[in-house]
Amino acid sequence: MFLAFLDSLRAAGIPASLKEHLLLLEALDAAVIDRSPEQFYYLSRAIYVKDEALLDRFDQVFAAVFRGALPAEGVAPAELPEEWLRALAQRHLTPEQRAAIESLGSWDEIMRALRERLAEQHARHQGGSKWIGTGGTSPFGNAGYNPEGVRIGGESTHGRAIKVWEQRAFRDLDSSRALGTRNIKLALRRLRRFARQGAAVELDMDATVDGTARQGWLDVRLRPARRNAIKLLLFLDVGGSMDPFVTACEELFSAATSEFRDLEFFYFHNCVYEGVWKDNRRRFEARTSTLELLHTYGRDYKLLFVGDAAMSPYEITHPGGSVEHHNDEPGAAWLRRLTEAYPAAAWLNPAPAAHWGYSASTALVRDLLNGRMFPLTLDGIDAATRELARQR
Amino acid sequence: MTTHMERFEGTGDYVATDDLKVAVNAAVRLRRPLLVKGEPGTGKTVLAHEIARATGYPLIEWTVKSTTKAQQGLYDYDAVARLRDGQLGDPRVNDIANYIRRGKLWEAFERDTPAVLLIDEIDKADIDFPNDLLQELDRMEFHVYETGRTVRATQRPIVVITSNNEKELPDAFLRRCFFHYIRFPDRATMQAIVDVHFPGIQTTLVSRALDLFYEVREVPGIKKKPSTSELLDWLRLLLHEDLPLEVLQQRDPAKAIPPLHGALLKNEQDVMLFERLAFMARRHAPRP
Repeated sequence: MFLAFLDSLRAAGIPASLKEHLLLLEALDAAVIDRSPEQFYYLSRAIYVKDEALLDRFDQVFAAVFRGALPAEGVAPAELPEEWLRALAQRHLTPEQRAAIESLGSWDEIMRALRERLAEQHARHQGGSKWIGTGGTSPFGNAGYNPEGVRIGGESTHGRAIKVWEQRAFRDLDSSRALGTRNIKLALRRLRRFARQGAAVELDMDATVDGTARQGWLDVRLRPARRNAIKLLLFLDVGGSMDPFVTACEELFSAATSEFRDLEFFYFHNCVYEGVWKDNRRRFEARTSTLELLHTYGRDYKLLFVGDAAMSPYEITHPGGSVEHHNDEPGAAWLRRLTEAYPAAAWLNPAPAAHWGYSASTALVRDLLNGRMFPLTLDGIDAATRELARQR
Repeated sequence: MTTHMERFEGTGDYVATDDLKVAVNAAVRLRRPLLVKGEPGTGKTVLAHEIARATGYPLIEWTVKSTTKAQQGLYDYDAVARLRDGQLGDPRVNDIANYIRRGKLWEAFERDTPAVLLIDEIDKADIDFPNDLLQELDRMEFHVYETGRTVRATQRPIVVITSNNEKELPDAFLRRCFFHYIRFPDRATMQAIVDVHFPGIQTTLVSRALDLFYEVREVPGIKKKPSTSELLDWLRLLLHEDLPLEVLQQRDPAKAIPPLHGALLKNEQDVMLFERLAFMARRHAPRP
């Protein structure tokens, strides 16, 4: 029973297994629901889908599998009542547009045409991707009545032409997961190496039991608390081509500052040269010499660049190539110095990985980092932290 | 078995949508855990309270924190107390069962009547936490190693688990649950929720407040969207302050910040965003 449904779900990438299927049969057997299609939809959704990102996909599969099998509720599109269409047109057309339409023929004719259009759309509506919105030549199309189409039924009081699952209410949730601070923090958590350092403030249970057994009296032993011992040097590209990525970088920065106790961050523009800065308003007055920085922070720091690496190739390869000042040494020399000083290094690039090939500078930077460039997505951050966490 | 159990239809204080009712009834009938997710403030925890009220069973709450271990839900063995008693020569020390403290799960299992067990914010705990509870929730039994006893549920409790999506839950765990995602309520549902909480409230006030509320949620760039619980708090404040209706009704863009906004906006960046919007509206407003 419903095995085809299970197969379709699995084919659509919803991780449903026999376990869920048996649960569904058990629930049907126990008469948890009354036998209405809607209740069956809710029940199977509660059983098969365990992740809200998959709800929309489930709706689509459900619609495809049970189309025709379930009795149609409400009115068929061919029988759309007149006043409904009228209300629809009134809701979505401005008075000027309505006047324009009326100039095309009598109101009744227009309504008939709209009705036919709707019927046609319903017949052609396959797979639930979208209703035609291409009616650029049609007065209805360009009036832009709800492009989702489904609301036509949903808002009416005349019954539902569209079933619950066809509304695809969860469409917004179905996207590759948003890059929120919380998600980034979780990805960064991989970058943890716990060590016990500092004052002994925590009760060491094992040592206490052991000590007590040896001494014969209660011997309380303390130890330092476990803390993340990872140290991170963060270099952030600001300005110019980085402007579109400000939100993503802000989120990464806020996640990183709360996740690591030993975090040092510096800003640069396009490429790292002899000086970096910590305060963007005073970037020309208060610079930190990169050389000094190399001497200040030990080899155990992990190096993480964030930047789109999109610039003129000369900024990397030639002295004097920088767009802002005269640099005596090419950017490549500084990048090389940094990556040599800090063996654990990675570069996060907010630009989509598919675009990297179009920028010569991106390829150059990537080479300088021995290919350790990752996109600024959750998967990318994950891969970068894996790279940084590798024992060297 | 409990045959008197009626269907969950929401309660006087809680508006349940159709899909939520189906999920709850299925979980209650088959006694499988119900996993509830959704935006903060959409009533995930309240749901467990309402199921307990509707069924008349007691509610046992287990609020999970980042330091919570699965074992604590079963039982704790207080070795330190036993050690101390041993040194003082207390006779209780001979029976190890004296030092076993029952956890919430044990409490829920060993009852004559079924209970509603709420495992709140399961994603706060360590990644292994749900896996450690797999067998216990599936078979509703566990073993106490110290005493060699097996605790078995006489009446399977109704288990409600909430999650804020901070961590992914393991597949094996998910397979055993019913799942429900509480969507942010649409306007009609929200109206019903407000009516339930403030019977007899002025309809114009509510309608205006809802307009403002959904407008605030729609403002682009807002960091923390206000949710149902915040709306209810805000309405309570508005009622308490007894503000004249005109305050809500004025459509002057220069006053973009809603009155008593502290209940709606919980983030200083959001308040600043609104102040900036108000400032810009004032600057671009036509001079009288």
